Amino acid sequence: MIAKRNISVEVNGALRQAEVEPRLTLADFLRHTLDLTGTHVGCEHGVCGACTVLVDGRSARSCLTFAVQVDGRAVTTIEGLGPGAGGLGVLQEAFQRHHALQCGFCTPGMLTTLTELLNDNPDPTEDEVREVITGNLCRCTGYAGIVAAALDAARRLREGEA
Amino acid sequence: MKPAPFDYYAPTSLAEAAGLLARLDNAKLIAGGQSLGPMMNFRYVIADHLVDLGGIPEIAGIALAGETLRIGATTPQRELEFSDVVAQRCPLLKAALKHVGHRQTRNRGTFGGSVAHFDPASEQPMMCAAHDAVIEIASVRGTRRVPFAEFGVDFMTTALEPDEILAAIELPLWPQGHGWGFHEFARRHGDFAIVAAAALLALGPDGRIARASLTLAGVAVVPLRLREAEAALIGHAPEMAPIEAAADLAGAIAPLADIHASADYRRHLARILTGRALADAAARAAGRSVP
Ligand code: FES
Ligand code: FES
Repeated sequence: MIAKRNISVEVNGALRQAEVEPRLTLADFLRHTLDLTGTHVGCEHGVCGACTVLVDGRSARSCLTFAVQVDGRAVTTIEGLGPGAGGLGVLQEAFQRHHALQCGFCTPGMLTTLTELLNDNPDPTEDEVREVITGNLCRCTGYAGIVAAALDAARRLREGEA
Repeated sequence: MKPAPFDYYAPTSLAEAAGLLARLDNAKLIAGGQSLGPMMNFRYVIADHLVDLGGIPEIAGIALAGETLRIGATTPQRELEFSDVVAQRCPLLKAALKHVGHRQTRNRGTFGGSVAHFDPASEQPMMCAAHDAVIEIASVRGTRRVPFAEFGVDFMTTALEPDEILAAIELPLWPQGHGWGFHEFARRHGDFAIVAAAALLALGPDGRIARASLTLAGVAVVPLRLREAEAALIGHAPEMAPIEAAADLAGAIAPLADIHASADYRRHLARILTGRALADAAARAAGRSVP
């Protein structure tokens, strides 16, 4: 019997503590231990990008990260991207405006990935947007709306829309 | 799928990690986990113990020592991609890293992890081959330094013993003003290369090629240095005729065939991509900018 380990992780700004098996992935920790089911799990081997979250602000595949590895770190999921109370952030609103989602399965990973991009680079080119989402598969939209939404959100954020 | 159960260790020094690895049965090292993670989730790898190298400061980070770039094994690919010293002194490495996986995997995936994993289509062992890297290996028995040509043994097999840890990679730098080129063909940006070609050129005071390094990935079980083509370039002006002759030699290799590409197609790509990488390297060595 393998001993569980105590971890404490800041998730969307709140400190969460839990006893976890070392083999528990961060994706399953978020979904099953914390009931944060906004993070989606598509492939469980690092290919689809649906499970992308931010660890200390950096995008990471939560299916290829064990919960024990984020002990003491800060994790942001789709639930933590908006301004709170169920409101939408600038990037999320742009997704709505540009029909950047259909089934929505890829959307949490797209939003976390693009949030990191826009933090690093407030004025990305279309090529840079396309390159950064090569790690996120979308089987519905054909990506055009996602790219348009990211560029639109970048412009609005630069122009100071909160 | 979910990985099989394992015990987890987070040592904070290289000595502690080496001690764990020597003591534990069926232990695996994890750094960024971007290759090991999928293999554990598929249960290709079932480890009883996982030793996480992520908390060991002495094997993380980039340092310039004289004309050598020392890359700690657990340095994330992202850190190298955005490093000023890499951009200035080792631009080929920066160009190659842009083809490694995706932003999310480069944030966690490490240079040393990829070199130890030793996928024949990976750009990182290829960069070690191109630069004649020296691999620093640690264990409870001490530290040894292995030239990369002896480090790569066979398909996904290195000179690392089960109780050894890849601690650092030393890349001898090329002189300032050298030329470089990198071209890759993959089905999707970030996928493993079907074929990738890397070129380094240094010109002598007479403006002729004094030193050349040509490397292919994705064509053989280990990264392939094209020694014959390199030798054929020496003493020539960096012009199209010798470049095409070298590219023809690259197109005469006997590559692997698999579901992704036939041997013929890989030969074709090897010739074309080597020619392009060399043309870029020649232009840069001559001080011209490359789009
Ligand atoms: S579920 Fe993590 S990348 Fe697909
Ligand atoms: S909206 Fe359905 S997968 Fe992207």
